[in-house]
Formats: sequence, C-alpha cells, structure tokens
Amino acid sequence: MSADIELDRVTIRFGDFTAVKDVSLRINGGEFFSILGPSGCGKTTLLRTISGFLEPTEGAVRIAGQDMAGIGSNKRPTALIFQNLALFPLMSVAENIGYGLRVRGVPKAERKRRADELLRLVALPDQGDKRISELSGGQKQRVAVARALAVEPKVLLLDEPLSALDLRLRQHMRTELRAIQKRVGITFIYITHDQGEALTMSDRIAVMNAGHVEQVGDGRAVYDRPATPFVASFVGENNGVSGIVEDIAVGMASLKTPLGVLKGRAGAGLTQGALATIFLRPEALQLCPPGAAPDLTAEFVNSAFEGNFTLVFLRAANGQPMTMSVGRGADIATLAPGAPVGLTFSSADALVLPLSRNE
Amino acid sequence: MTHPFTAALIFATPLVVILAFIAMALLDRRRRGFVQGPGFFQRNGTPIAIFLIGAAVFWALILIVFPQLYMVDYSFHPKLPQIKRGGPEDIYTLENYRYFLFGSTRNTDHWNTTHLNAFWITIFVSTIITIVNFAICYPLAYFMAQVAKPQTVLKLMVLLVIPYWINEILRAFAFRILLGTGGLINNVAIAAGLISEPVDFIGHDVALYAGLTYAYLLIMMFPLYNAIESLDRNQIEAARDLGAPWWHIHLFVVMPFAKPGIASGATLVFMLCAGALAAPLVLGGPKTLWFTPIVYDRFFQAFNWPQGSAYAMILLLTCMAFVSLTMRLFKVSLSEITR
Repeated sequence: MSADIELDRVTIRFGDFTAVKDVSLRINGGEFFSILGPSGCGKTTLLRTISGFLEPTEGAVRIAGQDMAGIGSNKRPTALIFQNLALFPLMSVAENIGYGLRVRGVPKAERKRRADELLRLVALPDQGDKRISELSGGQKQRVAVARALAVEPKVLLLDEPLSALDLRLRQHMRTELRAIQKRVGITFIYITHDQGEALTMSDRIAVMNAGHVEQVGDGRAVYDRPATPFVASFVGENNGVSGIVEDIAVGMASLKTPLGVLKGRAGAGLTQGALATIFLRPEALQLCPPGAAPDLTAEFVNSAFEGNFTLVFLRAANGQPMTMSVGRGADIATLAPGAPVGLTFSSADALVLPLSRNE
Repeated sequence: MTHPFTAALIFATPLVVILAFIAMALLDRRRRGFVQGPGFFQRNGTPIAIFLIGAAVFWALILIVFPQLYMVDYSFHPKLPQIKRGGPEDIYTLENYRYFLFGSTRNTDHWNTTHLNAFWITIFVSTIITIVNFAICYPLAYFMAQVAKPQTVLKLMVLLVIPYWINEILRAFAFRILLGTGGLINNVAIAAGLISEPVDFIGHDVALYAGLTYAYLLIMMFPLYNAIESLDRNQIEAARDLGAPWWHIHLFVVMPFAKPGIASGATLVFMLCAGALAAPLVLGGPKTLWFTPIVYDRFFQAFNWPQGSAYAMILLLTCMAFVSLTMRLFKVSLSEITR
C-alpha cells in the first residue's frame, strides 16, 4: 500500500534561480513526514516535483524504487492536496470525491459507494449531495482529503492545507489528519511553515532553508538537538549569543561572548577559536536564586502572561533582546523595567553550534 | 398610415411594462421595509441620475423597442401606395408571411423554395460557423488564459486586434482578393503545380464562410478568454493529479467552468452571423443564398417595407428561439451569460 520515496540529489532551477539545491531524502513507507521551512525555502517546489508537476533539473525522484522521470502527475501514485484545496466548485461533494474514479472509468454506483465510504472516514457522513459552497472551511478540508484518498494513492502530498483555518480548527484538524493517516496507513508528506504543526503530527521532519535540507529527524531531535543555527532558531524560540570557541572538552564547549564565558553542549563541527553561537531556549533560562552567582545578567523589559507560563522579555548587557519563560511560581511581579535580573541555565540545556558557511 | 389604435398600443405597451416593473420594485421595497444603501438619486446626484435614466430610456425605447414594435405592425399590413395607407384597403393581413412561405400573397400552391432554402442555409451555416469559431478560439483562449506568459499574451492580443482596425468591408474585400479565381491562393497553387484550373472559391461559398468565420473571431475570443482566465490553475492541476487525461480536464473541468463565456460568445457569433450583410454582399457568389441580403432587397429593391419587416421578424424570432433552445439544451441561464 504505502511506498518509500527517495529524492536523490535533486536540484531544481528556474532560469538562474535555484529553488532546490542538491536535496537527498529518504521517506519511509507509511511515514508522516513533514517538510518544514520558511516561505520561499523551496518546500512547495519540492512537493510539486514529487507530484510530477515539475521535473528535477538534476537528480531523480523514486517512488517505491521506480524512477519517476518522464512520468506525468496523472500517472504517479501520488495525490496532492492543494493549499487552496482546489475543489471543483461546479460539482457536488460526492462528484468531487468521485472525480478521480470517474477518470478511471469506475461506474457511477461504485463511485457513489466509495464517496460515501470516504465521507465516513473523514467524519462527514451523508454530505455527498451538498455543494462545495455550502461547506465550512474545515469541511472543505475533509472533502479535499477524501477526494485525494479516493484514487488510493500510495503517497498523499499536503501543501499547507490547514493554513486558511482558524487556530482552534487547525489544531483539531492536526489530530484528525494524523488519525486518518494512521487509519489508511499510506505515506503522508506534509509541507508547512508552522513548526507546531510539524512537531505535533510528524514521525519525522525535514527542516529546509534556502533550497537545501538543514536537518532530518523526529520532532524531539529537531527541537532538542538542532544541527544548525538555522534549525535552532527556526524551530521553537531560541536565544542565540555569538562568540568564539575557547575550549572543547568531553562534549561540552565554552564560548567567549560579550556576556561572559557561557558553557553548553558542543554541536558537531566546532573548532577551537572559531565563531559559534550558543542557543538558550526560553524554558532553559531560570531566575538566579538569591546568593548564587548568575551565569548571565540582563535587565527586565516587560512580561507577557500566557496562562500556564509567563514570557519575560529581557535586554542583555550587549543590548540584545532575550526571552525567558517562567512558571507560575516565579516571582517577577516586583520587577520594574530596567531592574537587573540574574539568570542561570544548566549547560546540558544549552547548545553551541558553529556558524555555518552560508551565514 | 398606422391605425391610431395600433399606434397607441405600440407606445402604451412598453410604458405599461415599465410602470409594472416600477410598481413591483416599490411593492418589494415596502414589503421588506428597508432600503439598502443610498438611493440611485442620492448616489449619483439628481442631474446625473436624470441623465442616466433619460439616456437609458431613450436608448431602449426610442432606438430599439418602438422601431421593432413598428416593424411588427408593418409586417401585418399590405404594401400600399402612400395615399391609400390608413384607408379602407389598409387591413391586417398575413400576406407578407404567406409570401415568405409560398412565394405568393394569394395562393399556397408552391413553397417559396428560394427564400426558405436561403433561410435554413443561413441558420445552418451560422451554426456551423459558430462551432468552427469555437473550435478555433478555444485552444487559443486556453493557451492565452492559462499557459502563456504575460508578454506572449500581450503580443497575441495585439496580433488579434490589429486586423480589426480595418473596416469590415475592406476585410471582406481582402478575402475576395485572396480567394478569387485570379486571386493569390489560386495563383500560388497553380504556380506550385497543385492545381491546373483555378478553384472557384467564391462560387462555392468557401470565401463567404471563411470571411464570416474570420469576421466574428474576436467576438468569440474575448468572452472565452475572460471565462477561462478566471479559472484557478490549481483546479486544472488537481484534475491532472487525480489522473485525468488532458481531454477529460477540458471537457469536465475547464469547459463547464467556461460555459457562460462559451454561451455568450456563441450567442453573439450566431446572431451576428445570421444577420451579417456586408460579408455576404461582398463575398457571396452569383448563386449564394444568404437570408440577410434578401431582407435588404425587400426593403430597398422591392420597396416593400411590410414584407421586409415580416422577413426581419421571421429571422429575429427564429434566431431568438434557436438560441434560447440551445441554451436550454446546455443548461445555461441568461443571468450566467450576462455575468
């Protein structure tokens, strides 16, 4: 049913512009795989290449071991869900779902049966006769999923389909999509710029930036052990402080920064004396208990109450803004703007990464 | 000349219809109990509003409705010298319509085959020309609306429009020059050894049909282009992604979407074609049968205005019936076309 997808050194150029550079990925059958990146990073181009609307300038796309070169999008075992869904407005819900089957010459009664079945799968039973314009945003979403699943693809490609929905619906659809994927068991490739979506739904995530893949891994790996400064700052909040590597020993690196010497886990590729950045998550920073020596000092700017935690905005000694999140117990009510704040962090929660070549 | 009663009827009928519409609008407003937004007069200012309404009324009534209604009345009168009009001989009669069918105002022994044939050929050929125009324009409109780059579209637009800067009659003459027995195409074909004798394109109506097709190309082109251009490209891609071959996408995704554009283009081309006068006069051969020149002749050769009116009415009503029937067949409503 599901199929492995292999991108083998894929490069895609539009004239002088290189949208995707030398991307190699292996996506396992039955996996929920997300491609996460800012807009313009080439993720949609990559998706369109997998679905067959674009041919790679160099490299190959293989689905279930078969090279897809020269095979049009209508002949590939993939189905694409468009960002704007692209439902056919003149057809009913059931006709939309049955379109792919009609193309394949499936008789009308059978199409109707399949449409009903798929509508139940996407939790829209008995809505087949409705017009597309009568559906809400979330319902259209489900119809788009059902329409794509109707042709029994081996791979479902999703191009930011949730971006038009409001927050609550989006969160609901995340779980829904994940559940549908588990039920049908096929490979999902999900494109998004929303790290929350990628982290909650995916088995694995590829983080893309400027046409290349920065890191591939599961959500935890990408969040806890980002491989590059880009991943560290794009996935989740992060405070980066740059400096020069002073010393590397037993997996820990000391970095000489304008804010003092800071110590954290050493990322790959660090060399002594080179430029590097230490990344401190807002939740890794803590208020320094009275009497203890702080690792960092900063001045308080303001705070934002988020319910179960509070975001504290600070300005470090070199003027750079920093963010810290504190639990409900933390005593920050007494802090006035400009008040000095001592911060500590466990060096196991901090990560030192070399500045990459292209930054 | 016209009976006073008929004249009163001609003027009263449109006014009654207009008053009925105004009454319906007022009634509707009262029933709903609210007025949406500022009124027509508030929005435009009184002088401009009066001008707009006046201009619309003048255009619709004086230029279209009254002359047409007069023609209806004319068509039911016998041809009489000026002096006898309104006299005892000026009675209501069906003789003009009888003449169209039987070639005589009195007896019904023989069919008026010349006029009837011309009539049906006009309707039939107009239909064919409409279909041919659609077949030519659809691929080009699709290419321009969905495939081509903006610069290419601009170039194509210019190429399409420039020939229409030239007067319709001159364009028809150009076809005569191209397709005449001593024309360019015959000369080239003979020189190339393809044919030994010149082909009589004009005598076989090839020139007329080609000229008519060409004359109304743009009229089909623009509604089609507009309709296809508003189609979201993702829908075409979605269909392809779901496995549809190209013809399936055109037949079941693009054409249904473009249906209003197709319908308005086809209606215009058909109507203009069936009512074309210049092209048949210039490009028609000695044996060519086209209905509009016959109508023209009734008026200005035979000086039989009542008969000309009857002929014009027959053409108008048949065309309207044919178009609305076709629209019914393809399930297009009038509001879709005017969108």
